[in-house]
Amino acid sequence: MIRRILPALAGLALLAFLISPGSFAPLFQPFTRNNAPAIYTQTSLLSLTLSHLAIVALAVAASTVAGLVLAILVTRGAGREFLPLARTVTAVGQTFPPVAVLALAVPVLGFGTGPTLVALFLYGLLPVFENALAGLSNQPAPVAEAARAMGLTPRQRLWQIDLPLALPLLLAGMRLTAVISLGTATIGSTVAARTLGEVIIAGLLSSNTAFVLQGGLVVGILAVLIHHAFQAAEVRARRRMGLD
Amino acid sequence: MIEIRHLTRVYDGVPVVNDVSLTIGTGELAVLVGTSGSGKTTLLRMINRLVQPTSGQVLVEGVDTATLPAHLLRRRIGYAIQGHGLFPHRTVAQNIATVPRLLGWPRARIDARVDELLALFQLDPATFRNRMPHQLSGGQAQRVGVARALAAKPDLLLMDEPFGALDPLIRAKAQADLRAIQQKLGTTLILVTHDMQEAVDLGDRIAVMDGGRLLQYDHPARILTQPAAPFVRDLIGATDRPLRLLSLKTVGDLAQPGDAEGPAIPPEATLHDALAECLWTGRTALPVQGGGIVTLDALRAEARPR
Ligand SMILES: Nc1ncnc2c1ncn2[C@@H]1O[C@H](COP(=O)(O)OP(=O)(O)OP(=O)(O)O)[C@@H](O)[C@H]1O
Ligand SMILES: [Mg+2]
Repeated sequence: MIRRILPALAGLALLAFLISPGSFAPLFQPFTRNNAPAIYTQTSLLSLTLSHLAIVALAVAASTVAGLVLAILVTRGAGREFLPLARTVTAVGQTFPPVAVLALAVPVLGFGTGPTLVALFLYGLLPVFENALAGLSNQPAPVAEAARAMGLTPRQRLWQIDLPLALPLLLAGMRLTAVISLGTATIGSTVAARTLGEVIIAGLLSSNTAFVLQGGLVVGILAVLIHHAFQAAEVRARRRMGLD
Repeated sequence: MIEIRHLTRVYDGVPVVNDVSLTIGTGELAVLVGTSGSGKTTLLRMINRLVQPTSGQVLVEGVDTATLPAHLLRRRIGYAIQGHGLFPHRTVAQNIATVPRLLGWPRARIDARVDELLALFQLDPATFRNRMPHQLSGGQAQRVGVARALAAKPDLLLMDEPFGALDPLIRAKAQADLRAIQQKLGTTLILVTHDMQEAVDLGDRIAVMDGGRLLQYDHPARILTQPAAPFVRDLIGATDRPLRLLSLKTVGDLAQPGDAEGPAIPPEATLHDALAECLWTGRTALPVQGGGIVTLDALRAEARPR
């Protein structure tokens, strides 16, 4: 019960705050000094949040497609030889600091959303790829054998057996990627992407803790909600196969 | 009819199936026996080309299987394995429907077939149709696995130790069911087992393998009475031979006129059962249901090679 009620309450509070941030001013007042504004009003928090979410969704979708396709390619036929290479590439993507990616991408792509998407895409590739890989390669041997023996073609095996069986692990990978990206996206504001990082940076520049706090809180609650949604989907997929 | 001609499979320079030839008539049940690692599974998997033969041919109804696309060949050959290999993300009905769906059967025909098979294997369709594999007992999952292998009415059914995981009671039941279903559908069947009694009970013919070679391929009675090699005799188990021989015939085959005391034995009981009954009740003759008797002397004569 608690596991459902808490996220629901957090979601409601977040929604109320985004629709009418002004009503929450008294809560944030204690964190301001010298009568500075308690609520960020330069840009509407709701539109920043939506833009933040859109960037993250786009990046996660791109990482998922790329990670999954890569995992499919290196688990069959001639692609197997490229498995070590693919692992290295995705691992490098994860270790390379997103800030450095931003710095390198700006001269090429200019300021705005582009560099942020690239940074998030690279940063999020590893969890999806590794999880998809585990899901595609750790199939029970009798199941794989039965699929072949029934006369499914390689393509039918991929769509009808391999991918559905890998789904729970793939969802877990997407969950990690989404949560990581949600936090990391804030740095996009340093290169003029419209994310919630704008609120945090404004707070840092004007020494207004209230701004930093509300930017951080919105991102934090979003992360909890998204984590929860993915986990629920994952549990459902696992239950269906009797894995839990 | 299945003809296996000079089939060989070499792994790392070692032949694990070595020049095996045998023919299985339509509607016959052939049992493959042999020690662990003797090449039974490999032989079976070469028939549906899960394993590519190094040399030799498999002919199904006179057609060389190497000339057919592997996935189309496999849709005509049912395959049931130990550990059933049911697809965990699909319901029982969807699992059974796998090959009919691949073959593009109409929906109504598939549904009817699924229910027919569930009923045949004594699984109530309404209860089991929509269950997931993890909601089945081992024995139920095993039966669904066999039902799935039979779904598209294959000409040929391959079974690799299908009853290995079952307890003795369910196992006996599953064996009897399999035999009845096989006779009813007229399916040609090749079954691998480690259980010599199962081989004798089920097989029209038994193929004995050792070290990749086929040592003997014959009717159970001849395998028992005229083993072609010491290995075959050892595999049968010399002490159990007479009892296995008795289990090949029924009381009906041996009934003779006469009178005897005590409860009657059904004519479809095996001679093995009749002997046990004689010993247990201390009788030298048993009345047979529907007339006649079976005597201990006659049983004794049947338990010896002739
Ligand atoms: N893919 C493979 N690569 C190398 N050797 C193999 C391969 N598959 C099977 N073998 C070997 O071939 C031999 C025969 O194996 P097979 O599985 O056919 O035996 P089996 O008679 O079915 O044994 P069991 O009764 O234990 O199931 C074994 O020695 C096995 O190690
Ligand atoms: Mg085997």
